[in-house]
Amino acid sequence: MMVTRAPAETLSVLDRPNSYIGKTVPRPNLDRLLQGRGQYVSDLELPRMAHVVFLRSPYAHARIVAIDADAARRMSGVISIVTGRELEAVITPWVGVLSHLKGLKSAPQHAIAIDRACWQGEAVAAVVATSRAVAEDAMEQIAVDYEELEAVTDMRTALDPATPVIHASLGDNLAFERTLNAGDVDQALSGSEVVEADFVFGRHTGVTLEPRAVVADWNAAEARLTIYQGTQAPHMVQNIAALHLGLREAQVRVVCKDVGGSFGIKVHIYADEMATYALSKLLRRPIKFVADRVESFNTDIHARDHRCRGRIGVKPDGTITAFEIDDLTGIGPYSMYPRTSAIEANQVVNLVGGPYVTPNYRARARVVFQNKNVMCQYRAVGHPIACSVTEGLVDLAAAKIGMDPVEIRRRNLIADDAYPCASPSGMKFEQLSHHASLAKLLQMMDYDALRAEQTALRARNIHRGIGIASFIEVTNPSAAFYGVGGAKISSQDGVAVRLDAQGSVICQTSITEQGQGSESLTAQIVGSVLGVSMERVRVILGDTDNTPYGGGTWASRGAGIGGEAALQAAKALRQNVLDIAAAILQSTSGGLDIVNNSIVSADDGAPRIELSELARIVYFRPDTLPPGIQPELMATRHFVPRQYPFAFTNGVQASWLEVDTETGFVTLLKHWVVEDCGTIINPQLVDEQIRGGVVQGLGAALFEKCIYDERGQLTNANMADYLVPMSGEMPDIEIGHVVSPTRESELGAKGAGEAGTAGAAAAVANAVNDALRPFGATITEIPLTPQVILTALGRI
Amino acid sequence: MSTPVSVSLLVNGEPIDAFVLPRLNLADFLRENLKLTGTHIGCEHGVCGACTVRIDGEIVRSCLMLTVQAQGASVETIEGLSDSGEIADLQAAFRERNALQCGYCTPGMLMTAQDLLKHLPVPDRQAIREHLSGNYCRCTGYQAIVDAVEATARMRAERPA
Ligand code: FES
Ligand code: FES
Repeated sequence: MMVTRAPAETLSVLDRPNSYIGKTVPRPNLDRLLQGRGQYVSDLELPRMAHVVFLRSPYAHARIVAIDADAARRMSGVISIVTGRELEAVITPWVGVLSHLKGLKSAPQHAIAIDRACWQGEAVAAVVATSRAVAEDAMEQIAVDYEELEAVTDMRTALDPATPVIHASLGDNLAFERTLNAGDVDQALSGSEVVEADFVFGRHTGVTLEPRAVVADWNAAEARLTIYQGTQAPHMVQNIAALHLGLREAQVRVVCKDVGGSFGIKVHIYADEMATYALSKLLRRPIKFVADRVESFNTDIHARDHRCRGRIGVKPDGTITAFEIDDLTGIGPYSMYPRTSAIEANQVVNLVGGPYVTPNYRARARVVFQNKNVMCQYRAVGHPIACSVTEGLVDLAAAKIGMDPVEIRRRNLIADDAYPCASPSGMKFEQLSHHASLAKLLQMMDYDALRAEQTALRARNIHRGIGIASFIEVTNPSAAFYGVGGAKISSQDGVAVRLDAQGSVICQTSITEQGQGSESLTAQIVGSVLGVSMERVRVILGDTDNTPYGGGTWASRGAGIGGEAALQAAKALRQNVLDIAAAILQSTSGGLDIVNNSIVSADDGAPRIELSELARIVYFRPDTLPPGIQPELMATRHFVPRQYPFAFTNGVQASWLEVDTETGFVTLLKHWVVEDCGTIINPQLVDEQIRGGVVQGLGAALFEKCIYDERGQLTNANMADYLVPMSGEMPDIEIGHVVSPTRESELGAKGAGEAGTAGAAAAVANAVNDALRPFGATITEIPLTPQVILTALGRI
Repeated sequence: MSTPVSVSLLVNGEPIDAFVLPRLNLADFLRENLKLTGTHIGCEHGVCGACTVRIDGEIVRSCLMLTVQAQGASVETIEGLSDSGEIADLQAAFRERNALQCGYCTPGMLMTAQDLLKHLPVPDRQAIREHLSGNYCRCTGYQAIVDAVEATARMRAERPA
């Protein structure tokens, strides 16, 4: 690991003796999951709980003429059948727009469709019964009279005058458009070699292994709604549910225990979830909704349906003179609520060209409506698109001028000593480490040896390729992401830390756990600052009644924002503890320290009083404390970055693979990542976040695609037909680090959750093209299926 | 379809008698009737492996089997394997290596890994990867799981029998 900044002059909390920060320690509470004793929402049962299933439109676009549910209503075990019109009495519709995305428009969306269904899978009625099986039986007895309408499916023609407008009130199918013009692109391109390509990205989806699940429990006697939901943002759910059910936030509690995978899929609020909350209120009993796998494919947000035309200008010496993109993306019939579906296109505009020095950048992004499932933010929002376009163009430019892909990057990546600086799209970079990262990557992969091996194998008709992809990554988002646009999604997070009566520590944090290790990093930080061993630290999260208000876990903010709040809260508590200890010991707080669960003398480390003894005195014998001392063994702190709207991080990935030119199959041989996420709290957790992310990116690169026909039918909505990476096809992934801590926080941590997904597909695509170079074939489309590869090779 | 039939089986060594609808699959029976929720459901069509249990010593996808087909059988779930201590070392290796994130695939993974190690005590990495290829994990990227299984195999091989 290489650290880019000299340590501060004075010792910080990161340098404390016995610090857990920077150490691999196992996550607390893993045994629960290892024994199958986790508590996922799909496991939950409550007294009088009923199950809802949704009758979903079989058409991509259809008028609902009539719904006849009489036969179904009479079936034993059926509690209620509710249409959109009936549910409207309990829950108001919403419009997924944000004011800072100028011009973004969408139509009102209902929890259950009223009059018209706009995608195959939109709910048109809810069936509530004593079991899911009974509800499904009843659903089959409901007759819906539909009038099929023309479906808008191809985003390339969505704006044509001949294409029907999905929501007449909006005037056209354009949801959002953004243009950007920096420097002088035309002039830059006129004096350069220009390479251009059309990049095509398949629509894919998250496939969380546990489908979306929610249990809503309206307690009429308390006038309170408890929502048990696998979500990444409990306070957001609380706010939105309250808003649309006409409740105060205090009347809604959101509880989120174990979550079986999220990846951005569970950071949104879906219409069927809203319907479940409303049904509980309407029927005055707990209602459970668990999507089955087919429903997941049809209704979990899809992502990355982009076509992007990209151009790059390059001088014969390798200097990149300009980037230009024209991006088109289709988002389904509604902009998702409350985060909106324009964020990804906006992000693509922000990120293209990001690692490179060039003042000349022109971009246009258009976001259009379609009659397909809604599309929205999924892990590494916009990053894989921006990275694939940028790195694909850089490789094409290198090929054009006959330069090695590494060399062209060396000549154009922003210098490691150029910071702080800004990109042509206005993104502020505090400290990145592109060159150090690239150097580390080349050394890890032994680039020159690999090139030699490639050449030798080519002579034997074995076609291997090396692909490199540098990237920047948005983490630690401030209010600039959603808050400024009017969304009630907290950008700050809070942590409360208290010492209990036996000297153990309890922390309540507003970040959530979906397996990344939020609990662990919180316990590691708090334990380190307080001098308390980790087994004595308990973390409570995922409960709006019992945690401070905050954003949750998304956009790689847990460690950087929630971690800093934990650090500051622990520091405050530490000061309180030392003040009390000083009073008890007739010392000064500066002369004392806490190490290994005991107060010790700061100078010689001699034990003075155990924390448990201090707690005993404070809680049970405060009468023995000197007068005027009001002991506070609890402290709360909140944090949000202010100076930089996002903590940008950077990294670089490399892929080594073999293409079988007879069958079109790609075998991944090895993958490398170097990442700079600032201070590393738990190296193993960071590496595993990156590996998991890489594999999601590899899925996009090679397998994953939601395939729609021209009538808007999703034709592969099951796990057998929609391919995801399996262990047999995945390579070992080697990870290295460069460390540039952010100075916006004392902890210095930036996020690492998007890094793997950000660059993996670009590295693979570049490697495939590198392997195919002798054949003169270039592919700028993912997934790189055998069919795509054989087509490019002219074999089919 | 609508008349319950009686079924008797052993679940984690405990005799169970129940009346179930013939269409009830074993995964739902374990989860809903017996509250053994460690057996997870990811797809209900036999692809993801989250519902893997052991029946008379062989691993099976419980979503693809009807409860009535388990008549007279011995069913073992993740709870049973945990309580008997049979996979304690494998679980420790998973913990040590962070071979789980959300933990949803984990019960099925452990079942499948234990099955491999019983049939092939010292598998190489490719054999591990192939044997686990019927079990989805969307979080980990698989490498940590392969590492944990490999480490367990090595430890078991070194342990005197
Ligand atoms: S739930 Fe049985 S294999 Fe997926
Ligand atoms: S740990 Fe989440 S699916 Fe494997």
